[in-house]
Amino acid sequence: MTPDVRFDLLWPEFLVAGLAFLVFTLDFIVRPARKEVLAWVSAAGLALITAFTIPFLLDEHDTLFNGLYRVDNYALFFKVVSMGIGIAVILGSVHYVNKHLTHPGEYYAIIIVSVLAMMMMAASGELLTAYLSLELLSFCLYVLSGFAVSDLRSNEASVKYVLLGAFSSGLLLYGIVLMYGALGTTSFAEMAVAIEAGGAVEGRLLLGLALLVAGLGFKLAAVPFHMWAPDVYQGAPMPITAYIAVGSKAAAFALVLRLFYEGLLPAYGEWQMLIAGMAALTMLFGNVVAIVQTNVKRMLAYSSVGQVGFLLMGIAALSPIASNALMVHLVGYSVTNFAVFFAITAFYNATGKDDIPDFAGLAGRAPFLAAAITVGLFSLAGLPFLAGFLTKFYLFSAAAAEGLLWLAGVAMLASLISLYYYLQLIRQMYIEKAPEDEAGAVAVRTPSLLFALIGAMVLGVVLLGVYPDPLMSAIEGATAALQTGDYYWLPVGIAAQ
Amino acid sequence: MSTFEGLLLFLTIALPFFGALVLVAFPADRHSLIHWYTRAIGVAGLALAVYIFVDIAFDGDLSKYAVDYEWLPALGIRYTLGLSGITAPLVLLNAIIFMAGVLVSWNVTHRPKDFFVWLMLLVAGVYGVFLSTDLFFLFFFYELAVVPMYLLIGVWGSSTDFRVQEAFQGRGFGGGGRYNRPKEYGAMKLMLYLVAGSVLVWVAILAVWAEARSVTGEASFAIAALADVEYSTNFQRLFYPFFMVGFGVLAGLWPFHTWSPDGHVAAPTAVSMLHAGVLMKLGAFGILAVGMVVLPDGAEWWAPVLIGLGTVNVLYGAVSALGQRDLKYVIGYSSVSHMGYVLMGLGTLEVIGLNGAVFQMFSHGIMTGLFFAMVGIIYERAHLRDITALEGLGKRMGIVGAFLAAAGLTSLGLPGFSSFVAELLVFIGTFRTYPVLGVLAVIGAAITAVYILRLMAKVFFGPIDPRWEHLQDATKLEAAVGGALVGVLLLWGLYPFPIVEIIDSGVQPLLEGMGIS
Repeated sequence: MTPDVRFDLLWPEFLVAGLAFLVFTLDFIVRPARKEVLAWVSAAGLALITAFTIPFLLDEHDTLFNGLYRVDNYALFFKVVSMGIGIAVILGSVHYVNKHLTHPGEYYAIIIVSVLAMMMMAASGELLTAYLSLELLSFCLYVLSGFAVSDLRSNEASVKYVLLGAFSSGLLLYGIVLMYGALGTTSFAEMAVAIEAGGAVEGRLLLGLALLVAGLGFKLAAVPFHMWAPDVYQGAPMPITAYIAVGSKAAAFALVLRLFYEGLLPAYGEWQMLIAGMAALTMLFGNVVAIVQTNVKRMLAYSSVGQVGFLLMGIAALSPIASNALMVHLVGYSVTNFAVFFAITAFYNATGKDDIPDFAGLAGRAPFLAAAITVGLFSLAGLPFLAGFLTKFYLFSAAAAEGLLWLAGVAMLASLISLYYYLQLIRQMYIEKAPEDEAGAVAVRTPSLLFALIGAMVLGVVLLGVYPDPLMSAIEGATAALQTGDYYWLPVGIAAQ
Repeated sequence: MSTFEGLLLFLTIALPFFGALVLVAFPADRHSLIHWYTRAIGVAGLALAVYIFVDIAFDGDLSKYAVDYEWLPALGIRYTLGLSGITAPLVLLNAIIFMAGVLVSWNVTHRPKDFFVWLMLLVAGVYGVFLSTDLFFLFFFYELAVVPMYLLIGVWGSSTDFRVQEAFQGRGFGGGGRYNRPKEYGAMKLMLYLVAGSVLVWVAILAVWAEARSVTGEASFAIAALADVEYSTNFQRLFYPFFMVGFGVLAGLWPFHTWSPDGHVAAPTAVSMLHAGVLMKLGAFGILAVGMVVLPDGAEWWAPVLIGLGTVNVLYGAVSALGQRDLKYVIGYSSVSHMGYVLMGLGTLEVIGLNGAVFQMFSHGIMTGLFFAMVGIIYERAHLRDITALEGLGKRMGIVGAFLAAAGLTSLGLPGFSSFVAELLVFIGTFRTYPVLGVLAVIGAAITAVYILRLMAKVFFGPIDPRWEHLQDATKLEAAVGGALVGVLLLWGLYPFPIVEIIDSGVQPLLEGMGIS
């Protein structure tokens, strides 16, 4: 037991938790007509904490509570990403919340709590801590997806999410138990040592591994554990759909990457094909089924299932390059999805519609939104000058470098399929004519806040595609933190074994 | 690091690219401003390309044209540009066709701003492929050149639908009396075929990169570096077809050519010109400058297949063109046929054949640009492209008829036009390697003569249908464009030595690098 735990390294977490309570409290004070203030407080608070966190934790490498909790550049990277995602979702919600939801105080505060959960997931150095932070995130998302209390779909989404989520948590926990039984530890670093020391991998460990993958697969919506995703995506309030698509994936992959990198790398041969097969299945299934969707949110749900397949490829090809690739793809995917989702939110706020044919003639009615959606979809399809091209190229190169060229080939095929259904939406917007009836006459106005937010995301998509340098150096620093994790803090006895 | 000449290369790509970005900020309703702005970009690009071409024609020092910047060191990606004897004529071709395309688009009044933005991005992509010497950026620009096509065709294109044209009521076509190919169909088909092709290319690029990385221990996407690596024979034989077929899809390689007629027919005039004129050459260029350079043993092993498929292209395209009723489909299939000569030339793996192939890329580009420009004029005036309905247009559209005849004669290889020289080189190359296929290729040229002359006779000569009495001939601007393109065809047809010499200066070292000379 390390005697003096450096609690000061937890300042960012404390501050975020404090901010959540501040917003809860303010909710009592602020008059109902002025609840928008809460959004500004939340976003500004997170922005300030981000600005404080970066210099505060940069190049700090430490471990707290005997390996339960890690402070390093990897965790820092995902802390910043999480808070960025939180800020974007909060700002993107303002108009939607005003129009469609009640109880804004709880809404923003719960988002902040979930940001805290995401931050902790990236910092977990041990299975149970990881599990707890994952559950914290899941509970926030259960509540948020059912936040439109008067909307039946939203309620249905929440119930489905809770039931399947609870089931997957059970799998996950059982997997953790079995792994503990096999290895005698739940700490990632000690797991690696134990696996290496154990030589042959036992059946218990493999079963535990399989259950762990299944449980995490549920959370990630990887095929065949994806069934909840389309319904939840469609039913949840739109900004929350974006949040689930982006935030929960980023955090879950932050956790999975660290777990597999630091804990399970010695058993690489045992799980590589499992993950690779799951990745191939996920990307093909998600993208093929997306073709027949008629609702934009469902289409994007299946598209993001497909994206999980791409991301899993980064796990299957685990290496420093793959870790970089996974992170850069996550960031690119987040920014791109936000651009698309916020543009669709703006459209929904104005028209109340979200089926694909409703977008007919949008290029004439709202050229900016149409352009933003197009840029986003092209980026998701991996076309050049946009983030998606670079990040996919990086990811596929990483897979090829680790001998998974076939998987990269499958991924390219999946990208091609995705281009087809993305083009269907683009065709509606640019080639089809707007309906002549009053539905086509509704003015699609984008409020300046959403306009700025979408503009920023589109700019980010382009910038990432042509000038990835600053992001890449941050990511390489984060990957380096994973490698030099090197069990340096382990009790001498274990390290020597 | 970059020389002054490197800056010129950089500008060649940057001009249309940033030109497009600037154009986005223009007010959408100032049509004439938009047209003049685009023309200015076209003129500047043409001036650059001509300067570069003339400079290397007199100087011959290509190494000074170099751009080299670090971009993503972790994967070994650098932003490098360079020029070779093969790319210089193709850059010139792109500049000419873009300029011509912009000029004949004077009548685009439907959202011209968006049209030219996408068109310029397309052109920037094409320049990028020709000039990039890093495989990542080559692929990057390759995809960029494909992306704009969907919207360019889908929004500004035209559908083929014989039902609605009252001229054919009751005459029947293929029994059903209707033939319907909406532009969305052509656009989607083209897009999916081309991106599917690029998937194959992508697989091959990553395979080569990963293999080179594991052999040399160093990650690099530089084509020259990748070409220096000794790949095993089996590896080369396995992955060369990915390049050959992947790039081949864009070059119209049979049996993956069917997107090309559909896409070209549906596309608006300027896009057909650029696509058939330049974009299809990207495919052939890719096979030559990437596939053959990086995997020479694979190229040698697969050469008989390539030249065989090229022969099928020639014959199949020509026979298909014979049976078409839509004027644009005739030209579309003639492009498939003529790209066959390019592929055959590449398949000879021999200096004369390769020279012919590259020259044919240039010559066919100009010729098909001229074709599509003139067909576009006819369609714009008559709102119809049906050969069975167009009769005796020569009486009213003498200038268009003359230019179309010039393009047609080039196409069937009349001496005096550049295609004669190009096809002759391909034939010589083929006869020296695969004489039987050479005979078949010559037969293809004979079929070309049949469909071209039949088309000319039907559409332009004979008594005029009274419905076409009111048609206007080409405007001065359109006549000038046609004249300029015919001028280029004649210039290189009568005096081909400078351009063949430049091409040869690129082909010789390429073959030496492959270990063939």
